[in-house]
Amino acid sequence: MSRMALLALQLLVAVVVLVLWQFFATVPVFGKVWLPPFFFSNPVDVGGQIVAWFASGVIWKHLAITLWESILAFVIGSAAGVMVGFWFARKPLVAAVFDPYVKMINALPRVVLAPIFTLWLGLGIWSKVALGVTLVFFIVFFNVYQGVREVSQTLLANGRMLGMSERQLMLHVYWPSALSWMFSSLHTSVGFAVVGAVVGEYLGSAAGLGYLIQQAEGVFDVAGVFAGMVVLSAFVILIDMGVSLVERRLLVWRPTAPEARG
Amino acid sequence: MNEEAPTAVALENATVAFRLGGARLYTAVEKANLSVGAGEFVAIVGPTGCGKSTLLNVAAGLLKLAAGSVRVFDAPLDGLNREAGYLFQLDALFPWKTALDNVAIGPQIAGTPRAEALSLAKDWLAAVGLTHFERRYPYMLSGGQRKRVGLAQVLIRNPKILLMDEPFGPLDAQTRQVMGNLLLDLWNKDRKAVLFVTHDLEEAIALADRVVIMSAGPSARIIGDWRVCLPRPRDIFDTRLDKDFHALHREIWSVLKVEVMKGYTHSSRAAEAG
Repeated sequence: MSRMALLALQLLVAVVVLVLWQFFATVPVFGKVWLPPFFFSNPVDVGGQIVAWFASGVIWKHLAITLWESILAFVIGSAAGVMVGFWFARKPLVAAVFDPYVKMINALPRVVLAPIFTLWLGLGIWSKVALGVTLVFFIVFFNVYQGVREVSQTLLANGRMLGMSERQLMLHVYWPSALSWMFSSLHTSVGFAVVGAVVGEYLGSAAGLGYLIQQAEGVFDVAGVFAGMVVLSAFVILIDMGVSLVERRLLVWRPTAPEARG
Repeated sequence: MNEEAPTAVALENATVAFRLGGARLYTAVEKANLSVGAGEFVAIVGPTGCGKSTLLNVAAGLLKLAAGSVRVFDAPLDGLNREAGYLFQLDALFPWKTALDNVAIGPQIAGTPRAEALSLAKDWLAAVGLTHFERRYPYMLSGGQRKRVGLAQVLIRNPKILLMDEPFGPLDAQTRQVMGNLLLDLWNKDRKAVLFVTHDLEEAIALADRVVIMSAGPSARIIGDWRVCLPRPRDIFDTRLDKDFHALHREIWSVLKVEVMKGYTHSSRAAEAG
């Protein structure tokens, strides 16, 4: 199927859903409006809200805050994940000692940490960054840990026979291998950075997309909630496209772009 | 032809044992004696699982001996064999490096400036017939091309000893012959000591000065050592048609066949027991 035909079909799905939504929210069928406006709003109102946000410019501030929080969460979480992953993989004793704690923290639904972070770090961006970090860290950590431990023994033997010192093995074999695993989880970890930021905002903040949605919910402004969700989705899709671009550049040596994992 | 030349690698009573869960020991190779003279091309042939690769890893210093000794140019081997280059059976190219960077890595880690290492690597890629493949990543190369890059990667360091572990095993029959001829051409220029492991007797005779036969494992031993007196330089395609080649092949195969059959019955018995 050609790209254009595929795109047309994809658009068709959106159009059908929107038309059905608008229809059942405004036109009575068998004497009854099936999607009462109070609970479901309608696409025209949602669109109007989005246009109003962008026209007045208020949305930019919230987008910028959420973006900034996501970036910080991603960078800090990834850096910590890479370092700890390397450390654990190279020092099996350390990994064995910390293993139950890592599993424990990873099993914990991170949302319950949000109030604690708010308590510790206040209502500003850092409590949201902290929440995002706890999500991103584990994805990157597990992937790097795996990547370092599963370095091909043949590659290591080859490196040694070519005269590499332990430090050079690190640089030329372990590091690229671990990074390739980290990049293969890039979509997941970036997604989680955004989730951390938005959930954090939703639970208590003064700015950001999560805050916007939470405010709308507070006054039963369903159009505002849907508008917030649409903007958030578009935001995530844009970020994901950016990640794909970065990935294509960084993993040129791979036969096909890897699927996200995690 | 190299009787007076110094010995590049000498294994004396080399015994290799692996620990199988608990206290059980598996003796892979027992009391193997083998010496490779400088400039000599020696092929080791034996049934699958007889410990040919194990011997090679011992010569490389990647495996420790349970008993016996390894000497490299008359000095006992301690740790990795720094005089040796190793061409692995499996793909050992760094997948995240281009062909050029893969070849340049040896001199680079030895401290050669990058520009110099790259220009040297270019020459070596040309020497193995891959002039226009410098920017390709390993996944973009065919199996034979990857082996060529691997050969360049090892030879660029100019090791005195070349260890090869069924290097052309995964390739198709034609490519193997082409690679064999390439190897002989390169080897003819400076005649390094070569220890070449293969399961293919024809390949061994066509390439080597000496063919060494190992018995079936466990506790494999070296049970035969033949000198190949075919003229050099050789072309594998022609050598395989030679009358002497066939005579030697028949002679060695009569010994090898027994071991191959033993290897099969042993492994099928092990499969039944397991």
